[in-house]
Amino acid sequence: MSRIQLRKIAHGRSGDKGDAANIGIIANDDQGYELIAKHLTAEKVKKHFEGICHGKVERYELPNIRALNFLLHNTLGGGGTVSLKHDAQGKTLAAALLRLEIDLP
Amino acid sequence: MLKRVQHKFMKNKIRIASGQGFWGDLIDAPYHQVTKGDIDYLVMDYLAEVTMSILQKQKNRNPNLGYATDLIDLMKRILPITSKKGIKVITNGGGVNPVACAEAIIQVAMKLDIGKLDVAVVLGDDIKDCLDEIIQKGCDLNNMETGEPITLVKDKLLSANVYFGAAPIVEALKRGADIVITGRTTDTGLTLAPMIYEFGWDMKNYDLMAAGTVAGHILECGAQSTGGNYLGDWESIENFAEIGFPIAEAYPNGEVIITKHENTGGIVTFGTIAEQLVYEIGDPTEYITPDCVADFTSIKLEEVGKDRVRVYNVKGKPETEFYKVSCSYSSGYSATGTLTYSWPQALTKARKADRILRKRLENLGLKFDEIRSEFVGYNATHENLAPELDEDKINEIVLRFSVRAKDRHSVNRFGQEIAPLILTGPPSVTGFAGGRPKPKDVVAYWPALIPKKLVEPKVKILELK
Repeated sequence: MSRIQLRKIAHGRSGDKGDAANIGIIANDDQGYELIAKHLTAEKVKKHFEGICHGKVERYELPNIRALNFLLHNTLGGGGTVSLKHDAQGKTLAAALLRLEIDLP
Repeated sequence: MLKRVQHKFMKNKIRIASGQGFWGDLIDAPYHQVTKGDIDYLVMDYLAEVTMSILQKQKNRNPNLGYATDLIDLMKRILPITSKKGIKVITNGGGVNPVACAEAIIQVAMKLDIGKLDVAVVLGDDIKDCLDEIIQKGCDLNNMETGEPITLVKDKLLSANVYFGAAPIVEALKRGADIVITGRTTDTGLTLAPMIYEFGWDMKNYDLMAAGTVAGHILECGAQSTGGNYLGDWESIENFAEIGFPIAEAYPNGEVIITKHENTGGIVTFGTIAEQLVYEIGDPTEYITPDCVADFTSIKLEEVGKDRVRVYNVKGKPETEFYKVSCSYSSGYSATGTLTYSWPQALTKARKADRILRKRLENLGLKFDEIRSEFVGYNATHENLAPELDEDKINEIVLRFSVRAKDRHSVNRFGQEIAPLILTGPPSVTGFAGGRPKPKDVVAYWPALIPKKLVEPKVKILELK
């Protein structure tokens, strides 16, 4: 079985919603969307961000724009100006998720 | 509610231009929006959550402040142009003092000899001084995320504002406003309002409300929809230096074409719009605003020309019975200090310095709610996802060390412990400039809901004849 890094087939954007981070991942084409819709599960994302995301991960599908949206709760060190994180708004977390490798069928 | 006014000439298209994505965005962007091509409206978002508490502090010190002062300098530059071209300006830059902001703009207009100008202010969003009354009426303003009652933080509150939607802005436009200055208003309402006004939309037509809301979401972060912060093929984007801010070309049937002025940098594609659509959203089927609940899974995008993306088929549902309230309260102090370590063994040195500093703070008996160290150049953004590096290839590492505490003293004392590391710790260290890190106020947020019937927006017109 071969693996592919998410970075090769998708892009995205992330930001903050209080102490939660949101990560939107957009596939480059329809085939890519099929792959992420099937393999990029909330569980995989939660495991990927182990030690960073301390809450649950919610997953939503937007097939109309070939996108998935993930809400990572309890992730930003308190959010707003409470957070001591350099990336207190989770701006770089979309790029962090693109590190993930998924199995190709 | 609002009086329906029949326009003599209903427009079949309007162009709404975004001029600011936040307070601190490109100063010249609004000027370029009004000069590089035709637009009908200039909309500008100045208010992040942290901004409200800063503005409230300014107003406490001086009752004539508390608004986005950049806006006044901007109006000096653009009023002669917007006035001549008939461009209306809508912004939430009024902060916690929209009246003072509008009066300052009137002063500018008088000095510039603009002639007739109607400046509308939207009031009523600031509920800080009537919280007791609201609580008595049975609204507990419980924290939306934790469920805790607001009484926990009431004596530490810095600001409390209701997010109004498009309705009061529409009323202001109907009453002839050339410029609309609001306090806390949803970013999306700034863009939706002119569509409702110009096309005579029924505010109970939720598909149309959702269409304007989606356009507002695409515009609200400025150039983030025209190639800025684009994680797709960003290297192919030309002329970031003169990036064009987005323009929503809106049609009466709810279709919108997102574009930008010709001869500006950046791009507008399926990818740049899709990235902005997923920015800071939760459940995409329930994008809640005071005007409607928009379904982002209904949106269709189509590239219809160079830098032109058609946004259509947007579906919406009725608005909820609540407004969102955003309160801010003070929650102690924090400070951050940095030191830069060079090759060889940059990371090892920075890690050693981190351990020394932690030991010294412990020996001092200082109590912190949190201590955090990050190694910029290694793991400050991706934390434990960052792979271990071959240390011989690391040229330098910045140790970024932060603390947070309830008391100012502990945070201040920490600030005195950074510089000494240069002479009392690992070698080849530099980058300590600008003095000791000073304690800064930590502002925490308290999101809540309030029944719409408990607050009413008010519109006031200030006229310059």
